[in-house]
Amino acid sequence: MAQTKRNRFFMRTFILIVLVFAIVYTIFTNATKDKIEVLGIGDQAPDFTLVDLNGEQHRLSDYQGQGVFINFWGTWCKPCAKEMPAMNRQYEVYKEQGVQILAVNIAQSDFEVNRFAKQYGLDFPIVIDKTKSVMEAYNIDPLPTTLLINQEGKIEQIVRGGMTEKDISQFMEQIRPK
Amino acid sequence: MNNIICACGHENPEGTVLCGNCGRPLTEEAENSKLVDMRYEGSARRSQTYNKTIIDKIWNFFSSVKVGITIILMIIVAAAIGTILPQVLYVPATTEADIAAYYERVYGTFGKIYNDLGLSDLFGSWWFQTLIGMLGISLVIASLDRVIPLYKSLKKQRIKRHESFMKRQRIFATGEDILGEDSFNISERKLKELRYKVKREDGALLAEKGRFSRWGPYVNHIGLIIFLFGVMLRALPGFYVDETMWIREGETRAIPEAPGYYLESKEFILETYENNQSNEVFSEAIDRVGTIVSNYQTNVVLFKNQENALPGQIDNLQQVKESSIQVNKPLKFDGYSVFQMDFRLNELKTMHFNLSNKSTGETLGALAIDLVNPEPLYDLGNGSSVELKGYYPDFSGFENGEPQTKSPVPNNPAFLVKMYTPNTPEGETSFVAIKQTVEPLGVNAYKLEFQNVETRDVSGLTIRKDESLWVLAIGGLIFMIGVAQGSYWNHRRIWLHKTNDGRLIVAAHTNKNWFGVKKELDIVTEVAHLPQYIDQHDLESEEFKKDGEKSS
Amino acid sequence: MTLVSISGNLLFIAFICYLIATFFFGGAVRGSKTETSKFEKKWGRIGIVITVAGFISNLAYFITRWIAAGHAPVSNLFEFTTAFGMMLVGSFILIYFIYKTPLIGLFALPMAIIIIAYASMFPREITPLIPALKSYWLTIHVITAALGESILAISAVAGLIYLLKNVDLTKKSKQRFWLEIVMYTLVLTVGFVASTTTYKVMDYEATFSYVDKEQKAKEITYNAPAIFGMNEYKVLSSDKMIPLVETPAIVNAKKLTTVTWSLIFGTIIYGLLRLILRKSLSAFLQPFTRKANLQLMDEIGYRAVSIGFPVFTLGALIFAMIWAQEAWSRFWGWDPKEVWALITWLFYAAFLHLRLSRGWHGEKSAWLAVIGFIIIMFNLIAVNLIIAGLHSYA
Repeated sequence: MAQTKRNRFFMRTFILIVLVFAIVYTIFTNATKDKIEVLGIGDQAPDFTLVDLNGEQHRLSDYQGQGVFINFWGTWCKPCAKEMPAMNRQYEVYKEQGVQILAVNIAQSDFEVNRFAKQYGLDFPIVIDKTKSVMEAYNIDPLPTTLLINQEGKIEQIVRGGMTEKDISQFMEQIRPK
Repeated sequence: MNNIICACGHENPEGTVLCGNCGRPLTEEAENSKLVDMRYEGSARRSQTYNKTIIDKIWNFFSSVKVGITIILMIIVAAAIGTILPQVLYVPATTEADIAAYYERVYGTFGKIYNDLGLSDLFGSWWFQTLIGMLGISLVIASLDRVIPLYKSLKKQRIKRHESFMKRQRIFATGEDILGEDSFNISERKLKELRYKVKREDGALLAEKGRFSRWGPYVNHIGLIIFLFGVMLRALPGFYVDETMWIREGETRAIPEAPGYYLESKEFILETYENNQSNEVFSEAIDRVGTIVSNYQTNVVLFKNQENALPGQIDNLQQVKESSIQVNKPLKFDGYSVFQMDFRLNELKTMHFNLSNKSTGETLGALAIDLVNPEPLYDLGNGSSVELKGYYPDFSGFENGEPQTKSPVPNNPAFLVKMYTPNTPEGETSFVAIKQTVEPLGVNAYKLEFQNVETRDVSGLTIRKDESLWVLAIGGLIFMIGVAQGSYWNHRRIWLHKTNDGRLIVAAHTNKNWFGVKKELDIVTEVAHLPQYIDQHDLESEEFKKDGEKSS
Repeated sequence: MTLVSISGNLLFIAFICYLIATFFFGGAVRGSKTETSKFEKKWGRIGIVITVAGFISNLAYFITRWIAAGHAPVSNLFEFTTAFGMMLVGSFILIYFIYKTPLIGLFALPMAIIIIAYASMFPREITPLIPALKSYWLTIHVITAALGESILAISAVAGLIYLLKNVDLTKKSKQRFWLEIVMYTLVLTVGFVASTTTYKVMDYEATFSYVDKEQKAKEITYNAPAIFGMNEYKVLSSDKMIPLVETPAIVNAKKLTTVTWSLIFGTIIYGLLRLILRKSLSAFLQPFTRKANLQLMDEIGYRAVSIGFPVFTLGALIFAMIWAQEAWSRFWGWDPKEVWALITWLFYAAFLHLRLSRGWHGEKSAWLAVIGFIIIMFNLIAVNLIIAGLHSYA
């Protein structure tokens, strides 16, 4: 009799733990659902390929071995316009050290992007995500958003919002191949 | 362990009301009552048997029907409160601050309190979900605790029961055995005709039908548990996709959370019922209400990228199908569904201008600026051309002399242009916006004269993928089977005994629909000349009445 | 005559039949004690024949309107409520043929009459379907849900009879008070019908301009003298009653006015009834239930719930979820109507558990059945009219 009693105790404990765990897990994930990111730090950056203003293809995996500074932006976005010249200056410093910039414009017209690039004298490659597919793959919400990809192609950091020149130079230092 | 040993020698677990073997009442209460309580056949609920450790206490808590009903009532009250004001989901605001402001602005102080207490997102709150979770636990434990003893006692039920058990059945008869041995034979034949399963033992008969209906409640509880499990599954990543996308006529866009799929919008259609075109019985309603929409539709082409294609690689999209998405008719592919949910009409697409001489009004040519893809230079022929120096789709004013745009959407397009004509080969600069022209570098001889505009519509689509739907469907189906099984069939039993002194005893029991079992027993009573039964429950209530007592 | 007007006439015939049948059922249960069965049988039989005739006419209304509109006539408040009334009669007929109780008819038919009369106060013309309703699930979901609700309503009828017989009206008690409240509420529905009809006959119309909660200027037309004015209202029609009170923007003063007029008319009617009868409505109705078999009423009440509950689940929850998944992309969205369907379902689930596991039979069970019906009516009326959500098509 004592044996069955103990079995029953374990059975009940087991069932209760399973039920409570399942419920707590569900409530917890529901409560934090909005904050779940599709991509996180340390994840492999999804590969993509886009065409720049000169008609050249840029494929992320082509830059394996280099640090890649991916900046999602739009011509109408004020913080973007502010950080772009700074990015350009740092690009001049770091491009020799193996850091590449890919500025991904979100589905704007060639005219607007071209004019913007000319106005600010940008030298780094600017690609246009015409179908927003790269934006979807990276789950980009506010503009600008910057992703730092290290030489192994892993995400080092995700920066939402604008950056100062000091930030930019620090970030570039961070992903500079060592 | 205090087992109860019945007079017949059978050992029953603690908490048993009726002996599992012969049916004798075992508790004082049962012995004193005129009718036996046949719930769970008088067997002990599992949790009543032990009550020691903390685990057992928690278990007993959830096993109680009283607790289950209390949880249900709490959910009812909470849910009712949640319908007083619209939930955040239905409120036109997204950020927390906007939502708070909305409730206060529209519903005043009450709205502010309602929102501050978190009632505006009641159904998403941890405590409401905890209530649902507790109901789930109660479902599992209460069912487990009851179904096992019930199964055991129904399985091993004896044909011959003790007289005290028979006497305490609601339908009971005792009297002379008129036909002798035949009363059993005739009863058996008739009961079999009525599709009872009949078992006999010397001097005793048990007819039973619809026993499976006793499992109905447990089957439907299993269905509910599966359903709740399906709801929980959606919390797992990847089980559930819920995205929205806005797509303009003519655009091709990647479908959110559906890697490799692209959608092109061909056309958005909004149709209304017209008095002269639709069924004339509608005319009265159309006159009263005004416009009634008959259709929201987006015509789309679905594309899929090649295997191994990367995001952004769109030069080789394969057309999957052309389709139209309507309300109630989503586009379905590969587990995804795309729904027509919203729309915006008449977004600017192309603007038409004439280049004309301000003083003579003479036109030198026309140009159309595609707002989605403007060109740097428009050659009008005859030596005239317009160079686009700047494009501001959503012009919002000047900052340091520089025109600004507040979004990439052409809500208020403005252009900085340089106009060349044979007369003005140097070019004249003009800033052209809607209802506004600025000539920053001095007075011009020519102007861009606005002619007309082409627009396009924007469709708001929702993308869903729900891998848990089939689990929910199975849960719902099992629930319906269980609830039908428990509601539309009943478990009926009729006992027939011959006592030692030659009398006949008849008793009948059903879990519901006494009317039905009485009708059947009437038939058997007539053909087999059984003693006339009485409904002891009726007598009981009559007596209550006489005593001036209430049955409640 | 067009199909639509034929359809309207058929509904009217059904309405009249139910009215007449009620009197026969009344006669059947009032017959003197000695010759009970014979008298009861005769009047009861006439009653049920007229009821069935009315029901057939009612069905014919439903079918002709369906043909005329091209969709099941359950797409607005008038149509749905009428269908609910019709199914209530259908459920009663079913129960009558099982249990042969004219008494149920005496209470179920007036209920159906009030419901149909209530329905007719709403715009009656055939409306074309808006895109969200264009689905065969409209037919399946709404008809099944209404059927389930109407069967559940029968349990409330049985419960009411049980209470009328069982509650001691000679002594002051909570039961007596609440029973009379239930009666009063039923009279209020009549008050709504009476006030709406009165002003409709008078062709009353008064237009106001007002500012809504989104600060937009709008216009509204009242069909009854405005007791409450909308937010920052201005009278646009001349010679009309000027509102007594101005309400803030979140209150729909027009609806509030309608409710208030129903209260006023209902209370006057109730007061007149009390004056004429010289006793409470429960006390007036109690003699009709004297011969009621409490055991049978309890059984009918329970049987109706156990038949209606699965139908309601199927129609109001399962079919509803399938359709919502197709039309709104999610099977459940906590829309007020959905929530109240869930509340109704949970309530009847609690009812069944209380009855099966905690032995709530008899009077307790009868009270629960009546409360269940109140919840159903709340979902039907208040949720549509007061709490606006996705389901407010009326």
